Amino acid sequence: MPNPRRRHLFKVAASAVAATLGATALAACGSSDDSKAESGPVSLTYWTWTPGMDKVVDLWNQGEGKKDKIHVTVKKQASGDSLVTKILTAHKAKKAPDLVQAEYQALPTLVSNGALADISKDVGDAKSKFASGVWQQTTLGTDAVYAVPQDIGPMMFYYRADLFKKYKLTVPTTWEEFAETARKLKKAAPDKDLTTFSANDSGLFAGLAQQAGAKWWTTSGDKWKVAINDTATQKVADFWGGLVKEGVIDNQPMYTPAWNKALDTGKQIAWVSAVWAPGTLTTAAPDTKGKWAMAPLPQWSKSENVTGSWGGSSTAVTTDSAHRSAAAKFAAWLNTDADAVSALAKDSGIYPAATSAQTSGAFTTAPDYFSNQPDFYAKAAEIAKTTAPSAWGPNVNVAYASFNDAFGAAAKNKSDFGAALDTMQEATVADLKKQGFGVSQ
Amino acid sequence: MTSATQRRAYGAERAPYARRSPAPARARTAAAPYAFLVPAAVLFALFFALPIGYAIWLSFRKVHVSGLGLGAGARNEVWAGLENYTDALKDPELLDGALRVLGYGCIVVPLMLGLALLFALMLDTERVRLTSFSRLAIFLPYAVPGVVAALLWGFLYLPDVSPFYYVLDALHLPQPDLLDGGALYGALANIAVWGGTGFNMIVIYTSLRAIPAEVYEAAKLDGATPFQIAVRIKIPMVAPSLVLTFFFSIIATLQVFSEPTTLKPLTNSVNTSWSPLMKVYQDAFGKGDIYAAAAEAVLIALATLVLSFGFLRAANRRNKQEATR
Repeated sequence: MPNPRRRHLFKVAASAVAATLGATALAACGSSDDSKAESGPVSLTYWTWTPGMDKVVDLWNQGEGKKDKIHVTVKKQASGDSLVTKILTAHKAKKAPDLVQAEYQALPTLVSNGALADISKDVGDAKSKFASGVWQQTTLGTDAVYAVPQDIGPMMFYYRADLFKKYKLTVPTTWEEFAETARKLKKAAPDKDLTTFSANDSGLFAGLAQQAGAKWWTTSGDKWKVAINDTATQKVADFWGGLVKEGVIDNQPMYTPAWNKALDTGKQIAWVSAVWAPGTLTTAAPDTKGKWAMAPLPQWSKSENVTGSWGGSSTAVTTDSAHRSAAAKFAAWLNTDADAVSALAKDSGIYPAATSAQTSGAFTTAPDYFSNQPDFYAKAAEIAKTTAPSAWGPNVNVAYASFNDAFGAAAKNKSDFGAALDTMQEATVADLKKQGFGVSQ
Repeated sequence: MTSATQRRAYGAERAPYARRSPAPARARTAAAPYAFLVPAAVLFALFFALPIGYAIWLSFRKVHVSGLGLGAGARNEVWAGLENYTDALKDPELLDGALRVLGYGCIVVPLMLGLALLFALMLDTERVRLTSFSRLAIFLPYAVPGVVAALLWGFLYLPDVSPFYYVLDALHLPQPDLLDGGALYGALANIAVWGGTGFNMIVIYTSLRAIPAEVYEAAKLDGATPFQIAVRIKIPMVAPSLVLTFFFSIIATLQVFSEPTTLKPLTNSVNTSWSPLMKVYQDAFGKGDIYAAAAEAVLIALATLVLSFGFLRAANRRNKQEATR
């Protein structure tokens, strides 16, 4: 090297490169170290969308977690389906966090992608803390356990008590009466609707079908059976399609500024929803606080007493986690420990899946919005017990997208909901077949 | 990388004076242009060629699940050949989306460019006042992000929350549903025109300002009216920028995504595959089938290339013909 300056520059470049490589190598060491250091302190990452979760996790980090040297860090995420996508993408790079929040219907998709670990050996007696219908959703009918239930969304009927009185309506106990109520209201006040059928809310429709006894995905041997257009769901689709066609309920989607206004001004006077409705109503219809009341969901026959569920989620451990048993321990604590669950109820406003928690301290007084109904949570716990079992499959996302499009068009054109249901069935089966799943007819 | 370039560049500069070793110096001089190209080439390869190549690779793959797909290793990526492409071409949703976007583009492009040209010509007339204020006012919507613009207009379109409907109601006038049927195209086009006119106007206006004043003087001496000057002189002279804005607008139209996606939750009329890009998004992130989405994306990119460059070539040929005339 004749030129000293060049030599110097080269050295700078070389050391810069070395530094970068070193950093990468260090990072790599860091991650590989983790997997070996089971005895030392463990650090876990948790992806969740639940508000206030960091406060609940602080309880762990300062209590149980401190004892066991397991530290959990919360990373706030977007909710529902977008988190599923994110988990799957991270899992492709083998970098999914240790713990994730997942809705029940997303579990088969995540399991089928190999993203969720079987934690049956690490969750102890957690099973006994939950209703069997809730727990069954986390096992997918196998011996494995893929998540610990966190919150549930048993469905209920919400209505404007004052307006029901004004229009001399009675609270419907069957769907037949529900239809009659819708007609009666239309006659009394043509500019008002009892409620709307929302083609944007596939989860609501799935819950209604679940109540009617539908089992959309079941397995026999190593084949999936898809029964989205079974008799039970057909009944539900025809019922709502009939009401929309008759013009006695609205056909516009929920969760729009227009819908908020309709609830707030009494243009829509009822809402088929779930136990978390008070939270939504607080923001959507703030002016009508104290005027709403909750009742059990109408039934298909007078003798029945079942409900569906809309929403609810679980805590799962990923296969990318180097500390599966530590993560499972935290997941079990979070959703079964009395202090944790009451903190979840207080700081995050969730309705816990753990049965004993549903009547615990946090749920002795009604939500602020329903101060007129002091026994709100006692009633809710009763209703939660009647939740019908659900049956999710590995491509709920495809079925839901198809629901959006097919029922959106049917609601808009006030056309046959049964045909839309068939479209949904076909799209779901075609997708399973395309991916190579075993599908029985 | 920077220091490597500096080092090479330094060497190239010094080379002519390094008499002792003329041969390697020449080699170094010859290598210099390539050395200068390295950063660009590396960036191009890393952030352009590689991702596109990966997308093309993915488009020939698919996932294959065996049985219930629940155990470990039940899901494998396999070679799909052209399957994703034939599926995409046969998919009515993609074709419907393309037709919808075509209809949308037929409203947006002429209207937006027509308005942009009109505004540019008006700003360029001699007696106009408040030029810079008007220019800014027309341009401002372009600075509003597409999603925000779609939300803003979405609220104005929704009958129950829109102030327009409130006024219509008070005047007992009919209240059309703007988010349904044919009106939806107008509603979406309006958002694009509102947001895009200003930008295109600036492009055209800038090239109008570049026309030498002598041209106008000569035209005036010949007795041309302002209208004639606009039609016979200004418009032909800004034709290249019209071509450019048209080119950009075609690409933007084919890529329409955020406006319909933002309006989707507000209405039953926009489905998950309303535009081709929404279909790509839905397949990739809704259905989790990135392979089909990759094939569709490649097809859309090809269609965009063919359409936009086809237009450019046609425009160039015309220019050449006019030049030889």
